[in-house]
Amino acid sequence: MSNHCEQPTEDELHAYVDGRLDATRRAEIEVWLSSHPSEAARVAAYRQQNDMMQALFNPVMDEPIPLQMHPQARRRTFAQPLRYAAMLGAMVLSGMLGWYMHGTEKNRQPPMLAMVKQAALAHVVYTPEMLHPVEVGKDQEEHLVKWLSKRLGSTVTAPHLSNVGYELIGGRLLPGNQGPAAQFMYQDARGQRLTLYLSNKPADKGEAAFRYAQEGKIGVFYWIDNDKSYALSGEMEKTDLLHIANAVYQGLNQ
Amino acid sequence: MDSVNAIITEQIPRLRRYARALTGDRISADDLVQDTLERAWSKLHLWQRGSDMRPWIFSIMHNTFINHIRKNQIVTTSIDDEAINVSAPATHEDSFGMRDLASAIGKLPHDYREVILLIGLEQMQYEEVAEVLGIPLGTVMSRLSRGRERLRTIMAGESSPALRRVK
Repeated sequence: MSNHCEQPTEDELHAYVDGRLDATRRAEIEVWLSSHPSEAARVAAYRQQNDMMQALFNPVMDEPIPLQMHPQARRRTFAQPLRYAAMLGAMVLSGMLGWYMHGTEKNRQPPMLAMVKQAALAHVVYTPEMLHPVEVGKDQEEHLVKWLSKRLGSTVTAPHLSNVGYELIGGRLLPGNQGPAAQFMYQDARGQRLTLYLSNKPADKGEAAFRYAQEGKIGVFYWIDNDKSYALSGEMEKTDLLHIANAVYQGLNQ
Repeated sequence: MDSVNAIITEQIPRLRRYARALTGDRISADDLVQDTLERAWSKLHLWQRGSDMRPWIFSIMHNTFINHIRKNQIVTTSIDDEAINVSAPATHEDSFGMRDLASAIGKLPHDYREVILLIGLEQMQYEEVAEVLGIPLGTVMSRLSRGRERLRTIMAGESSPALRRVK
């Protein structure tokens, strides 16, 4: 080799590709590469590999994080108490947690409980979200409602709650136990958030009146109306939440 | 506890990006991430508070990945499968025809794939990669060199490596 620069080692070429060299050595290697075209092509190819990897996979980082990956979804911290609660049965529950189950649900895990659990979890996961609290925002409300109706297989409505001080922010599609489920999110003037979770009702269920469940700080009112189960979740007093649940119910039945 | 959860959660987008590139499909990738997170949560007492979470959790992902491969949850090749022959590197100007990079990466033995992704995609320092994978720095460098060259050959489409499974 008749070049005056010291020939770079293989490791140095990779460090060059990855931008890990100091300016002096980098400049030397550039000079060397200018008289070694096949090595220069190799280095360019490696750089391009890095660039293409970034281009191809970086968008994954912007995808919403799946529900089950949130720490709140972790069995031990969140779901486990609910699972135990389910096993304890309706009698103990009504005393301990304020559950009230009706007769047919006494001897097995009530399907509604699973729905409430999903709703509460989705509430805990998405309401603190600053950047992406919803998938589709209020500005596209018509599209949102059409889309969710299509996915749930029947008409879905996002009730307006401005009479109780809450405005719709938007909504998202979620996986539920009865197929696709929907979540609408609302916010009041102080930034307090509420979520309304909707899914198709379990096949063996008729209408059901309001029931209340509490998990940690989150209260959930849930009921079945026509072909859907609803769960309204919020971090507030039971009476305040009931007031809003009534408004939701009326909004849905207008 | 909340702050530690936040530190782990911060890593999820990176873990998912790496897992997607590593496994080549969304379902295996998210399974891998989920198992990694379960392990991380259960071993959290072993994590030294205040230290960098990234190498710690990526090394958990590495172990989880190897377990998935053992249990055949992920189909892959290893460099120990010596029957992989790669033709001599291209001698003329490579055509970067943007062939399917994901599938080209998938054709690499997983040991190479991990190294070139941790460096090229995750942009880790070489020493950090050695720590994450639990191998000497020299091994990182040789896998990097061979992995990149093999990827170049596959991408150039000169002659794709002939994969013959011994077993």
